[in-house]
Amino acid sequence: MSAPNNSYDPVEVTSLHPDEVARMREEALAAIAGASSLEELKEVRLAHAGDRAPLALANREIGALPPAAKADAGKRVGGARRDVSEALKRRQAELEEERDARVLVEEAVDVTLPWDRVSRGARHPLTTIAERMTDIFVGMGFEVAEGPEVEAEWYNFDALNFQPDHPARTMQDTFFVEGAGGRPSGLVLRTHTSPVQVRALLTRELPVYVVAPGTTFRTDELDATHTPVFHQLEGLVVDEGVTLAHLRGAIDAFVSRMFGEGLTTRFRPSYFPFTEPSGEVDMQCFVCRGASVGNPDAPCRTCSSEGWIEIGGCGVVNPRVLTAAGVDTERYSGWAFGLGVERTLMFAHGVRDMHDMVEGDVRFTSAFGMEI
Amino acid sequence: MRVPVSWLREYVDLPTEVTARELAAKLIAAGLEVETVEEVGADISGPIVVGRVLEIEELTGFKKPIRHCRVDVGAANGSGEPQNIICGARNFSEGDLVVVSLPGAELPGGFKIGARKTYGRMSEGMICSASELNLWEDHAGIIVLPEGTAEPGTDAFELLGLREDVLDIAVTPDRGYALSLRGVAREAAALYEVDFRDPAEAEPIEENGEGYPAEIADIDACDRFVLREVSGFDSDAPTPMWMKRRLALAGMRPVSLAVDVTNYVMWELGQPLHAFDRTKLSGGIVVRRAEAGERLETLDHVVRDLDPDDIVISDASGPISLAGTMGGLDSEIDDASTELVIEAAHFSAPNVARMARRHNLHSEASRRFERGVDRELPLRASARAVELLTRLGGGRPGGLTSVDPKVPGPAPIVIAERHAARIAGVDYPEGTAARRLRQIGCEVVEEGDTLRVSPPSWRPDLTDPNDLAEEVIRYEGYENIPSIPPRAPVGRGLSPGQRLRRAVGRALAGAGFTEVLSYPFVGERDLDGLQVEADDARRDALRLANPLNDDEPFLRTTLLPGLLKTLVRNVGRGFPDVALFEMGLVYLPKEGMPAAPLPGVDRAPTAEELAELEAAIPHQPRRVAAVLAGDREPAGWWGQGRAATWADAIEAAREVGRAAGVEITVRPGRYAPWHPGRCAELYVTVDGGEVLVGHAGELHPRVTKAYGLPARTAAMEVDLDPVERAREAVRAPEVSTYPVATQDVALVVETSVPAGEVEAALREGAGELLEDVRLFDVYTGEQVGEGRKSLAYSLRFRAGDRTLTAEEATAARDAAVAVAAERVGAVLRG
Ligand SMILES: [Zn+2]
Repeated sequence: MSAPNNSYDPVEVTSLHPDEVARMREEALAAIAGASSLEELKEVRLAHAGDRAPLALANREIGALPPAAKADAGKRVGGARRDVSEALKRRQAELEEERDARVLVEEAVDVTLPWDRVSRGARHPLTTIAERMTDIFVGMGFEVAEGPEVEAEWYNFDALNFQPDHPARTMQDTFFVEGAGGRPSGLVLRTHTSPVQVRALLTRELPVYVVAPGTTFRTDELDATHTPVFHQLEGLVVDEGVTLAHLRGAIDAFVSRMFGEGLTTRFRPSYFPFTEPSGEVDMQCFVCRGASVGNPDAPCRTCSSEGWIEIGGCGVVNPRVLTAAGVDTERYSGWAFGLGVERTLMFAHGVRDMHDMVEGDVRFTSAFGMEI
Repeated sequence: MRVPVSWLREYVDLPTEVTARELAAKLIAAGLEVETVEEVGADISGPIVVGRVLEIEELTGFKKPIRHCRVDVGAANGSGEPQNIICGARNFSEGDLVVVSLPGAELPGGFKIGARKTYGRMSEGMICSASELNLWEDHAGIIVLPEGTAEPGTDAFELLGLREDVLDIAVTPDRGYALSLRGVAREAAALYEVDFRDPAEAEPIEENGEGYPAEIADIDACDRFVLREVSGFDSDAPTPMWMKRRLALAGMRPVSLAVDVTNYVMWELGQPLHAFDRTKLSGGIVVRRAEAGERLETLDHVVRDLDPDDIVISDASGPISLAGTMGGLDSEIDDASTELVIEAAHFSAPNVARMARRHNLHSEASRRFERGVDRELPLRASARAVELLTRLGGGRPGGLTSVDPKVPGPAPIVIAERHAARIAGVDYPEGTAARRLRQIGCEVVEEGDTLRVSPPSWRPDLTDPNDLAEEVIRYEGYENIPSIPPRAPVGRGLSPGQRLRRAVGRALAGAGFTEVLSYPFVGERDLDGLQVEADDARRDALRLANPLNDDEPFLRTTLLPGLLKTLVRNVGRGFPDVALFEMGLVYLPKEGMPAAPLPGVDRAPTAEELAELEAAIPHQPRRVAAVLAGDREPAGWWGQGRAATWADAIEAAREVGRAAGVEITVRPGRYAPWHPGRCAELYVTVDGGEVLVGHAGELHPRVTKAYGLPARTAAMEVDLDPVERAREAVRAPEVSTYPVATQDVALVVETSVPAGEVEAALREGAGELLEDVRLFDVYTGEQVGEGRKSLAYSLRFRAGDRTLTAEEATAARDAAVAVAAERVGAVLRG
């Protein structure tokens, strides 16, 4: 398509003749307009805008012109090349648009198709809620203490001021571990996380601010509200000048972080051998906030229309426990609490039956995902 | 402890407007946990009145004798005419006063009374029995009211106490005094600051003659013993209705007047009593320990071998009663007893607790003795019983025997006046502590900043300063304790091990495994199912003395049984593609199982005692295990699924390693319950040495059969502690931006050579320039010959400071191949 450049004349170059430049330009523009696909346009670009294109070749000749003619020829060829380049750009955009409209539609897929090629896993909600409970206290500066599940009776009972024949000791429905030859081993499956209190006091520097989440055991048959294997979160503070007011502050902080701001708590006197004074902690029902009490038209399943939910036991560490753990009771005092992890999960997430937490049905656990 | 409110009000002047619910709330706030407020009789309504039987006509011709009665119900039926009522009972006569439900009444269980035709006659109501009105249990017939009780037509609700509010209190072990109306009433009186009338302070009763001879042989067993006699008692005298009603409301069954009175006084005062038939006693009574070989047949017709620790009441014939627990059959009063000896005593609380446990005899009496009974009560309670017996059953009081060894009482407790305030964190006004302690019955002497406190005899639980603080704080109101956030020192957050556990859980869940928390109880069958040998260490498991299920007496030594059973359960529920994991402890006994000592608690254990305690505690390493079956990747519109295999189980173990930042080395192994050809040993490096941390692979077909698992179920189990110990601080790698040089090699080795060893050899031989090795093909077949396989590796080389030349990369590759050739006999495939 390009004119051969075989008649080189330093004065008059054919290819730079205005008519010739105009013809090359027209030819190129026609070719561009005629390109019907991006592939064709690519060829047209090579032919009319590439290094060997007529206008490109013509451009090289400009140097041979006398200085007076250079500017004029340069302007002409440059203008033509610019027009071609712009036409190419426009056509490229047009063709891409055409392609997008056609090809990308043809390539469309059904994005609602499932792609569950790797099955979903989940952590057990008792694990994740215990972590959440723990983290609330870690956020207050507590550390996490631990102890064995098969525990010495001394830690589980004696050091916690359970007298050998006191009803409190037998009320705990303890699993006893058989010793060698069927003799007593002095070991039990810990009935609560409280032995960790004694371990923490014996091994840590004072002051002690710890929580101890863990598995605990009592000889209850599994039913909707009982399980022989369950979980507690123990809390222990031993420091100078601590009071029940601080205990209440810690519990209130837990309740507001776990169940929502503005919920009130209630302390009731109770009895545990290892705390004196002792108390039970109730929190205001986070569902009805007490509105269901005496209101049969709006009963509350969460709190059985009592307005309060029992969440755990607590109290001032019995100085006898501190003594058994070698703490100077003249200088230090402490408080402790125990919260039920199962109960917390039941309340916070509406679990109705203990079986669901125990059986390991993947449908139950999957619903809770990785974090709670 | 069931407390009928009207009974309680007899001893405490509660304001009349106080409802049972308000009273319950008040008691709860003070530490008496009222579990329920039962509105007994709330399901009874309508006209129920006193009637007089005017005429009885016996109807015949029916299967049982039937009576047609004309009953005067006064004006209660509106007409004043006698009411016609059909009745099947026969324990009444013309002229008797009875209780009549008129049409419109509703009895317990939604039983509506109407006029209806029956046995050919109209019956316009019902003559009621005590059971039908839920008054007390009585199958002897209808109620016949004593003559003069009331006029016909009188409303029976008030008369019989048909409606009553009953508090059910769960009494904590320290508050034994609350196991009596007397104790609850005293508490209520103090809480409302109103008057309390002590039912124990009755009129003195007459004494006639010498008391029955008795002595205490062991004052550690019993430090107070009282006998009172009643002679000429009318054994046919009925228990009055008010007493039957109260006993029934309290949850006891009326038996006979003598028995009912002892129960009534126990409920009223908290003092367990025992009644002997004097004619069945021989010789003086001695309270002593049982002797070895002695036996006693108790009231429940069980012959019991006595323990030298048991406290017995004995006479010349031997033991006649288990103290505070249960009486003996031979000396017990019966339907014809007229000569009674009432025993009231104070027995050692821990001793009664041991007896009750040893003989599995948990009675209302033992429940009270275990929690502590008022030592000053036996004299008064026995007087109260004799007063009731003689008033209701005739006869006259006999002699009194009072054995009082005069044991010294506890020393007063000295506390700081501010003690309760300091514990509560509340600035109680001065004088509060003394006032509150006096309110609960303590004697308080104020000495400057301290109080010298002597608790009352009914509060044996008050022994320590903090016990007194609790009394002050609960009366000042637990609800008035302010809320002040604790100020903990700066914490260190979670320990590395605690963080690792969370990371492992998240990693496995992220890899598609669902967490399980199974019970740690296993049985012989579970271990048999795993095909572990008889001498396998996993058979050496801790055994529970009192398992829930006799088939599962052991504590797990591996996490797999629980996981496998859970897997089967999920498959059974229609989920064939399951991947589960569990993290938890296993329990491994120590050699010889030394028994754990019980050091004293009046001081910290010594280092030796602590070491002894720790030596007795079994090893309890934390493990993580996973099981999977069915498809690891399900089939779908994209095509075929991919079945879970041994490799997924090993990968799960590697996932654990990755979460810890620890390389898990895999070697072929053989270990139950795995398939011997598809079992991997898993190692980590701790302090330069390799440690076996677990196994992974496909389960043995016999295991899948024993557990009922899907074929080719795979599993892994890893010890987390060494994985944690294997962690090392990561040093940041230097990331080179020079180009990579890739070299592929195919190596032929014997089939038995593990790929892991080939790779290890290549890595070692390739030297520092090696960036990565990747096995991209495994080929077996004719081209490499029988018993051999070809492993194709892609080696990536890169230097940190220059672009590698082809020669350098080739030299490194050749060096790698050379080591593989030397180590595992690898031959470069042509
Ligand atoms: Zn509610």
